[in-house]
Amino acid sequence: MWFFTHVWIVPAMMALSFLLILFFGKKMPKKGAEIGIFFVALCLIYSLFTLGNWITWSHDSPTLAEGAPEAQQLAAEKGALANVPAECSKVAAHPVASVASEKAEGGSGGSDTSGGHGDEGATAANSTGTGTGEVASGAAATSGSAKAAEAGAEETLTRPVVRCATWIDSPEASITWGTQIDGLSIMMLLVVPLISLLVHIFSTDYVHGDRRYTHYFAFLSLFTASMLFFVLSQSTLQMIVGWELVGVCSFALIGHWWEEKPNSDAALKAFLTNRVGDMGLLIGMIILFFAAGNSFSIMDITILANEGGIRHTVLMAASICLIAAVMSKSGQFILHTWLPDAMAGPTPVSALIHAATMVVAGIFMVARLYPVFFHGLSISGSSINLLAVVGAVTALFGALLAFVQKDIKKVLAYSTVSQLGFMVTSLGVGAWTAAMFHLFTHAFFKACLFLGAGSLSHACHHSFNMVDDMGGLRKIMPKTFWTYLIATGALAGIFPLSGFWSKDEILAGTGSFPGSSHANGTYHLMLIMLLIAAFCTAAYMTRTIWYAFYGEYRGHGHPHESGPRITVPLIILATLGAIAGLANLPAQLSGWLDVPDSVQTRFEHLVEPVGLYFPQLTHAEFNPALAILSVAVGGAGIVLVYLYYWKGAFAGLHGLAGRNRTAAFFKNILVNKYYFDWLYTDVITGWVKGGLARGSNWVNKNVIDGVVNGVGRGAAAGGRWVYDNVDQTVVDGAVNGAGSVSSATGGGLRRITSGHIQQYAALFFAAAAVLAGMFVVLIG
Amino acid sequence: MKQFLNDWGLILVTFLPMVGVLAMLCVPRESEETHKLLAVITSLATAFVGILLMLNFNYDRAGILQFRVDHSWIDAINSRFIMGLDGLSLPLLALTLLIMPLVFIYSWNHIPEPGNVKAFFVLMLVLEMGMIGTFLAEDLILFFVFFEIVLLPMYFLIGVWGGPERKYASIKFFIYTLLGSALMLVAFVAVYFLVKNPVTGEAIQTFSIPELKAAGGEGITRAAQVVIFGGMFMGFGIKVPMFPFHTWLPDAHTQAPTQGSVILAAVLLKLGTYGFMRIAIPILPDGARQWAPVIGVLAVIGIIYGALCCLAQTDMKRLIAFSSVSHMGFTMLAISTLTTFGFNAAVFGMVAHGLITGMLFFIAGSMKDRYHTLEIKRLGGLLVSAPKLGWIFGLCTMASLGLPGLAGFWGEFPAILSAYAPAEGLNITLFRGLMIAAALGTVLAAGYLLWLYQRTAFGTPTEEFADDPHIHDVTTPEWISWTPLLVLIVLLGFVPAIIFNVTEPAVNIIAKTVGG
Repeated sequence: MWFFTHVWIVPAMMALSFLLILFFGKKMPKKGAEIGIFFVALCLIYSLFTLGNWITWSHDSPTLAEGAPEAQQLAAEKGALANVPAECSKVAAHPVASVASEKAEGGSGGSDTSGGHGDEGATAANSTGTGTGEVASGAAATSGSAKAAEAGAEETLTRPVVRCATWIDSPEASITWGTQIDGLSIMMLLVVPLISLLVHIFSTDYVHGDRRYTHYFAFLSLFTASMLFFVLSQSTLQMIVGWELVGVCSFALIGHWWEEKPNSDAALKAFLTNRVGDMGLLIGMIILFFAAGNSFSIMDITILANEGGIRHTVLMAASICLIAAVMSKSGQFILHTWLPDAMAGPTPVSALIHAATMVVAGIFMVARLYPVFFHGLSISGSSINLLAVVGAVTALFGALLAFVQKDIKKVLAYSTVSQLGFMVTSLGVGAWTAAMFHLFTHAFFKACLFLGAGSLSHACHHSFNMVDDMGGLRKIMPKTFWTYLIATGALAGIFPLSGFWSKDEILAGTGSFPGSSHANGTYHLMLIMLLIAAFCTAAYMTRTIWYAFYGEYRGHGHPHESGPRITVPLIILATLGAIAGLANLPAQLSGWLDVPDSVQTRFEHLVEPVGLYFPQLTHAEFNPALAILSVAVGGAGIVLVYLYYWKGAFAGLHGLAGRNRTAAFFKNILVNKYYFDWLYTDVITGWVKGGLARGSNWVNKNVIDGVVNGVGRGAAAGGRWVYDNVDQTVVDGAVNGAGSVSSATGGGLRRITSGHIQQYAALFFAAAAVLAGMFVVLIG
Repeated sequence: MKQFLNDWGLILVTFLPMVGVLAMLCVPRESEETHKLLAVITSLATAFVGILLMLNFNYDRAGILQFRVDHSWIDAINSRFIMGLDGLSLPLLALTLLIMPLVFIYSWNHIPEPGNVKAFFVLMLVLEMGMIGTFLAEDLILFFVFFEIVLLPMYFLIGVWGGPERKYASIKFFIYTLLGSALMLVAFVAVYFLVKNPVTGEAIQTFSIPELKAAGGEGITRAAQVVIFGGMFMGFGIKVPMFPFHTWLPDAHTQAPTQGSVILAAVLLKLGTYGFMRIAIPILPDGARQWAPVIGVLAVIGIIYGALCCLAQTDMKRLIAFSSVSHMGFTMLAISTLTTFGFNAAVFGMVAHGLITGMLFFIAGSMKDRYHTLEIKRLGGLLVSAPKLGWIFGLCTMASLGLPGLAGFWGEFPAILSAYAPAEGLNITLFRGLMIAAALGTVLAAGYLLWLYQRTAFGTPTEEFADDPHIHDVTTPEWISWTPLLVLIVLLGFVPAIIFNVTEPAVNIIAKTVGG
């Protein structure tokens, strides 16, 4: 429990590390790297303790017996939220009353439920229990009954631990920040410092002697702090803050070598593309804020969304806005274009930020606010929705782009895009655990691949061009080769490496394969697209192995194996990438393979929340036929590419694009990345920066200022006319005293003849005259 | 102590700068060091009184006027000398009291051409008095007098110490604002004659803001309120400045000396937004409700249009000036929602904009000193030539584009948030449309600011400035004057409650007046 309530220490330590490196890093013997490594290691140790506590904590959790009376169930579910203080979530403190009153107000929100309703507490739970049960939408009811059919019929409730502090205290809305500990945040709490630590160690060799070595480590620390701050979020506002802070770290690290323009261009592109998605994030969170009765608390939002306290249309609007944010942060079509360019940054950064952690922020956000999406998009019992489509399109079209890249990091970048698409699809089809599990395994093997690419480039004069500057490195760099090979196998989904298990769960989760059961919907299109994408994944990864490790060395100089600070992280990551699948062995495997009960679906039990704040999900059963099919598809991809490159098979295909116009056409589309870059950079940005901006400036200068200057000129002319006609003839002739005063001022006006002064002085004069006139009229 | 502050605190903090002026008038023009010292001491003394006020301020009752002084002043027109401090004026007073000493310290070795320290500093002290007085005045005529006092020193600062186009810019600034003031004064006088006591039904004939606020526009028909509000809108809207009355601003900013730009951006623009919240909205609630959609639309046009103009600028200072148009648009959008959220966001936005844009103008001024040009094309590689200056510039850029964790965010995001749920009676669809457009403005803001940063700070220095010895890093006076601003930008970013908790009670009252 202590570890759960004091977890704020973790991001705070990294923030401290950032400051220490910033101010004292240059004076340290290792230029600040040791500070970063020390603190990340501390964080990792803390995370491991937290995980250990979480495992025992889960053992003691109350169970929910199926078939028990609703009121009893609700009381148990409410009891599980005992560690959510009322100041962090007024809804969690009195869930039933809140939902009931929300419902009474037609879901318009804005009610203060902590007063009278609150004291009734348990009685309210009993009396309105049945009513609330009916509030849950039809979709949830369906999944509930499906759930009851599941064997065991008893599930352990999750007991999240929330702690918060007041950020802004106002009678209208108390805005808090803090930490929310449950399986999901603990999983991220483990992944982020682990990858970060390995990347730190890798970097001490990789960026050794860099012009901004200290600054680089400072930003790694700041990034780790922001990312941890984000994944531990207790309120959506805190999420926004973390979200943007990781974005700015990404900006700084992509542009690490900002002397060269392409790097700063890439950094700008990343930031601006993300800003476009952030519009969706801001608006989506604002919608949820008002829908949850002026609350940013994640617990409030998720419980209300889950229990029918927020109207369906509102949830849908919010989820569509938030999907825009996922598109930008997690590199989904059509806002994915920044991610491949982000490879301009140092390679360890690509591994940490642009593969393993930051880019999954969008996935994490969806997972954290899952009830919003689950009910808003009616994921259960459906066969298509926006989230699933975005994910599947990204998974497939991202994978296709990886085929035409020469730069090994770009291949991996598109691979990341594609794999993030897998996760998004998985969330879209209701396979929440599968998505998280894939996030978990992907972090290891993709980080391993990126660091492997870094190791290759380290040996090959900092080139990433695998087609022109690499080749034949298998013998020279055996450690890099073997780790890269294992990670590739994991990515391609080869049994029994980790990627096989997580990808298979996603495929099963679509619920489309014949004979599959207990999925939340039936997403046929998604299954087909993902299978094709899985085929492509295996194929393009085999292609990189051919170019990097086989054939003749095509680069300069004599490559050599990298040192231990590079290879040890690789070995650790490859090992994890190989065995991480054991974390979630399917339960249904036991009839087929001998798996002890204690290791079945551990990941699911520890990570997936059960309770009021999370939709009741069912879990697709392991399907041996599908598993074999997916391995076969991946295997086919490997074999075909093997035959093509190693054996020179399909001779007709070699250089096809040079001969066949149709092939050339398609290749051209791929090489130009579906022309998205052209559309965004040249058309849209060009138009805004060029035409629209210049047009506005022209309007400003000539129209608005033209009017202003025109008025000035007119007033000057008027003044002159008055002076000539009224003052000199009428006034001067009639009243001597007044005339002398007027001509004195008029004379002063006449004397100023240069530039704009004349007209403005005249306008001033006119304005002052008008002012005086008004005074006289009004006061008199 | 408390009693002394109650009686004299506000008068002291307002007129202390004039004591400094009197002292400086006795010192001959040649002893420049004495003048610098006197100005810094005066502004620090004023700030000290301000700190005493803030320490003795009752934050639990920030909604009501404290340290109130009320003396007879111009009996002929029933205008009284009323001053007070509440949660709405306190942050702005603090901002003014903070900025002025920093500007003086910065001026230590940055005296613009053609010199004359004495006149330069005297004018800035007069300016300080005018600004403080405007934020504290609780009588319309008194407010108007201070509001106008501000005009003159700024006119001279731009007209004498400005850039090559200074005459055009200064006269444009002066005439434009004066025009607005004239209409505003008419509106004040109309209010004086028309507002009736809600109980007795007689015209109350007062300029006292608290009394007028209590009357809540009683006795003025909705149509008349709309017209009178229009007069105030011109006065305050031009000062903000709101589209389409903003064109004086880029000229004034570009031509003004660094100190002038900083004060203009940090404090002067807020006189307009403050006027809306202190005077126009509570005194004429009906008029405010009618005008709110217009203000909202103009504010959002300002956000987008200002940002687009930024993208087209070739001069760094002019770009920052246009960014003010865009940023003040967020503040005005927040005000136009007439909600507590909106008003809170507006006050925070004012302070944040003051700190951040003030900082950006400081940086632009320092870069001008080093490069002798601010043409973006000729700049580049600031991070190479002057790394610390480059980093500070980067931080301010990020703050300006509304990065969470820095002050700018808390002016921008709550403003967008407030537009989702405007006050009752306002058109929700319209305001949600405005919200989306305003959110688009944040993308454009990131665009022009990062693009500016890329062209000036990233890359390598152009040949012209590659080995220029003039391009040195941050100097001591710069450090002294910038550090408080930078610290506050970060601090307010993480602890926004510092301001929100003070403003909340005060703006809540305004929102209740107008929301009913």
